[in-house]
Amino acid sequence: MPETKAKDVLIDPIFRNNPIALQVLGICSALAVTTKVETSVAMALSVIFVLGCSNAAVSLIRNFIPTNIRIIVQMTIIASLVIVVDQMLQAFAFDASKQMSVFVGLIITNCIVMGRAEAFAMKNPPLISALDGIGNAIGYSVILLVVGFVRELFGSGAIWGYQVFPLSTEGGWYVANGLLLLPPSAFFIIGLFIWVLRTFKPEQVEQEG
Amino acid sequence: MDEHLKIFMASIFAENLALAFFLGMCTFLAVSKTVKTALGLGVAVIVIMTITIPANNLIYQYLLKKGALAWINPSWGDIDLTFLSLISFIGVIAAMVQILEMTLDRFFPPLYNALGIFLPLITVNCAILGGSLFMQERDYNFSESCVFGFGSGVGWALAIAALAGIREKMRYSDVPDGLKGLGITFMTVGLMALAFMSFGGM
Repeated sequence: MPETKAKDVLIDPIFRNNPIALQVLGICSALAVTTKVETSVAMALSVIFVLGCSNAAVSLIRNFIPTNIRIIVQMTIIASLVIVVDQMLQAFAFDASKQMSVFVGLIITNCIVMGRAEAFAMKNPPLISALDGIGNAIGYSVILLVVGFVRELFGSGAIWGYQVFPLSTEGGWYVANGLLLLPPSAFFIIGLFIWVLRTFKPEQVEQEG
Repeated sequence: MDEHLKIFMASIFAENLALAFFLGMCTFLAVSKTVKTALGLGVAVIVIMTITIPANNLIYQYLLKKGALAWINPSWGDIDLTFLSLISFIGVIAAMVQILEMTLDRFFPPLYNALGIFLPLITVNCAILGGSLFMQERDYNFSESCVFGFGSGVGWALAIAALAGIREKMRYSDVPDGLKGLGITFMTVGLMALAFMSFGGM
């Protein structure tokens, strides 16, 4: 029985209870870094690491945290983890870190991290909390990667920096769609993604808009 | 002075934190159902941003930046504490929100009652931390960061009030089932972002 629960906790957030599409969490940092697949992957990995570790850490000390200062304690744990990620990125993936600029730091205020710490890690043992964190982070990453893929492919005709469609400016046939490199396109893509998801899962449709 | 005006206008329109950098989206989407609450939150964000960004600017300039500690002791000139900026900024923001809450409660009870529920929400609003991080990245000086803080707050408030207005009207529209609620809001925000980008040429 515990095994199925662990699996549910890990798999559920990916489609059935996706943090971005259904819980409206963590959109802030999700959209700005998705103009390219490469930065999306770096962001996704950072969030998976931070969320997994922070959930485990919060859950380990959950019985010792006084209730009225728990937000500060969670914040400190998350902020320390984000600093680790930030320093790692600057050391090993400097280009990606430059492109993501302030958005690495903004993982701290990513509502998914706080939300999961508050909603799940404060009530459950460490192992299952870590799985829950990783599952939610993967659900977040799926959207990030889809958006990043669409935007890079149609916005600059490339995937992971390799030219897939030859651009018309360089003698090819594909006219790059500049709109997809601009911020508004990310809203449209996520909107459409939600539409598709809810068409296949009608029970997620909101009754009152 | 010109430079300040430019920062001010850019932070309201072309570089609007909500629409161009997607900051504060969670609260932006969750609290924009009615104009009244949206305005309340908007005002709270303006106040907090105008206070925290300059405060963080002072901390960054005189404590964290490379060589910033030289004013205490010249031999500390090459200490670089930039890596601590994340944790100190978030600390300042949390503390400021708490102080503001207590001050309002003590001296301006009507305002406190109006803003009350929104204040704690603001601590985890990415727009506030994002503003401080942009201030650090663009290396604004103190007066520039005051202007930038106020401007970005106004821009954010404007965006959320406008979105709430549209959403109130949208209640009468016939939206496809799958798009209801969150989906159509994303689309609306996208269109608004396009409109705001046209200010980019100013």
